[in-house]
Amino acid sequence: MGWFSTTPFLNVPDSTQITYRKSSWWKLNQQRLTPWIFLFPGLLLFLVYVIWPIFNSLYISLLQWDGLSPAIYVGLSNYIELLDDEYFYISLMNNLKWLILFMLAVPIGLGLAIFLNQTIFGIRLIKSLFFFPFVISQVVIGIIFSWFYNPRGVIGPFLDKLGLSNYAILADENFATYGIIFAGIYPQIAYCMILYLTGLNNLNTDQIEAGRMDGAKGFSLFKNIILPQLKPATFLAIVVTVIGSLRSFDMVAIMTQGGPYGSTNVLAYYMFETALSEYGYRMGYGSAIAAVLFTIMMFYILFFIYRMYQSEKKGL
Amino acid sequence: MKKIIATLTAILAMGFSSSFAGTLVINTDLTDSAPKAAFEWAFNKFQEENPDVTIEVNNFDHEGYKQAIRNFLTTSPPDVFNWYAGNRMLPFVRAGLVEDVSDIWSDTGWVDGNLTEGMSHAKKPMTIGGKQWGIPYTYYQWGVYYRKDIFEANGISVPTTWDEFVAACATLKAAGVTPITIGSKYLWTTAGVFDYLNLRTNGYEFHMALTKGEIPYTDPRVHAVFDKWDELVKPGYFLENHASLAWQEAIPPMINGEAAMYVMGNFSVALFKEGGLTNDNLGFFQFPEITPGIPMAEEAPTDTMHIASGAKNKTDAKRFLIFLSRADVQEEMNKTLGQLPVNSGSKVDPDPFLEAGLNMLNNAYAMAQFYDRDAPAEMASEGMKGFQEYMVNPDRRDKILERLEKVRQRVYK
Repeated sequence: MGWFSTTPFLNVPDSTQITYRKSSWWKLNQQRLTPWIFLFPGLLLFLVYVIWPIFNSLYISLLQWDGLSPAIYVGLSNYIELLDDEYFYISLMNNLKWLILFMLAVPIGLGLAIFLNQTIFGIRLIKSLFFFPFVISQVVIGIIFSWFYNPRGVIGPFLDKLGLSNYAILADENFATYGIIFAGIYPQIAYCMILYLTGLNNLNTDQIEAGRMDGAKGFSLFKNIILPQLKPATFLAIVVTVIGSLRSFDMVAIMTQGGPYGSTNVLAYYMFETALSEYGYRMGYGSAIAAVLFTIMMFYILFFIYRMYQSEKKGL
Repeated sequence: MKKIIATLTAILAMGFSSSFAGTLVINTDLTDSAPKAAFEWAFNKFQEENPDVTIEVNNFDHEGYKQAIRNFLTTSPPDVFNWYAGNRMLPFVRAGLVEDVSDIWSDTGWVDGNLTEGMSHAKKPMTIGGKQWGIPYTYYQWGVYYRKDIFEANGISVPTTWDEFVAACATLKAAGVTPITIGSKYLWTTAGVFDYLNLRTNGYEFHMALTKGEIPYTDPRVHAVFDKWDELVKPGYFLENHASLAWQEAIPPMINGEAAMYVMGNFSVALFKEGGLTNDNLGFFQFPEITPGIPMAEEAPTDTMHIASGAKNKTDAKRFLIFLSRADVQEEMNKTLGQLPVNSGSKVDPDPFLEAGLNMLNNAYAMAQFYDRDAPAEMASEGMKGFQEYMVNPDRRDKILERLEKVRQRVYK
């Protein structure tokens, strides 16, 4: 019973004692630590599944390794070999073609979004039809397009009229890549369209009204009032499209497997082919290609993060 | 009831797998119906003969198996697994993942093993470094499949020499028929043509030396092969747009009568017949002679069974391999597979294509496994890309061969 009787004494406000208790290490740092505790699971996964693999694959790119036998350290020789590899340059050029042509998806998506941003009967159905290519799998699109390009398929009679009978674009080393990009753009347009449609939904009508009052209409209204308001959507559309073009893999794998004779290879597929395909298992060389692709993406992503940071600082 | 007991034994066996010696773990890729049925029969038969052994099968998807084998051999090796002969097994043998089974080939200590008798002709592709690493249980022939009726209509008889072959192509082309169909999207079909041209122009020893990397691709003898190839490619005797077609997609032109020949493996017969061709209008002939006097070697890719070096139950694994090499077992399995038994004591079904193949292979001077099994993977992949490019652009021959030579020097370092 003894210490029960002493408790009332503790309830007496004793300023020194209370402050002393509250300023334990945890209490002092609670504000700063809590975010980190919440971030911890995410950061851990990020470290294990993103950061560590990056460094590990950079390390593997210095090895000669088939995944079975002991790995041999070869220094930079994988990179030196890359410099003298015809297929590497073809892949790099094709990536550039993808990057440039893929950008077309952004304005086309914007155009479609504006076109579909109307309130008429049945527009929801039409919108969803336009959105459809993005919903179906890339693999399915690839297969459908390769049937489509088959000279014995749908396109055949039209080619005959153009005097190009029996022309198979996917077998033509000069144009096969464009054929694949065209197929790849098809779902990408739908993606950009959706981004813009949501953007158009959030337009500030007051500004448009004000613009109209000031005499803006047609293209000048679009350029000076609407487009600036769509800036976040544009930003996202460009980022997504660039990344989509750099990691273009599925279409190439489905439609040509990099062929004819490597002419439609892109870095992502070439990396897969050398490191993981049936005839590959050059882990080191594949990793070296991956490192190059990573560097290109990194430059681009850093540039965009910088831009984003700058504009956020300005409060835009 | 029997089934329940079998399941119970299997469950028990799994529980005590570390100590239970009678479990035989087999990894396979039998997704197609014919191989699946053939092996189910073999597993049951083996179990019947060896009631003390419980077979446990892990079945993989055919394409996925090529990836999976690298993982399971290193991490959780089965007792027995199927694979392919020649250079295809080399990486695994070199990494020490495959068990040396020379003892069952030389019959030492294995009273029921009798491999030297019926399978000696197939020993070579199973040998690496003087030892044998598995046993073959089936193979099939390659050659030229052709439309008998189109040949007849154009007054062409089966060509046996190169000149006759080229003349036949010219006649067909003039008659508006594509002489040779091919679909090279997945590259390997081009290697079939190359292999035969090389085997016939320079012979088996040269072909093997080339795929082993002992001969530069810029060698005049390799150019001689392409000279012969030129005689077919330059006048346009191959199907147009073949680079955009899979091998199956090149079959319809032949079924429609737009093309007359296909340099292919015997597995294509099933597709030809599905498309409506019969034994009356579909025929087979041996790839014609090019350089007179060179012994005729044939292309005969072989499927094989191996024991993992990490196997827990090597005794039963060897018993299974011996079982699988027996003439009666191979005969029965290959009836289902529609292919040729390797054991020369086995008979085949009365099928004109199988009989022609068996006859051809039994008289063959030697057997090549196919370019992508004889040459290491990396060389094969570049080589076949080069063949495809050549078949589209025959003028780039020198550039292609120089590139292949560069690859050769790197791969066989």
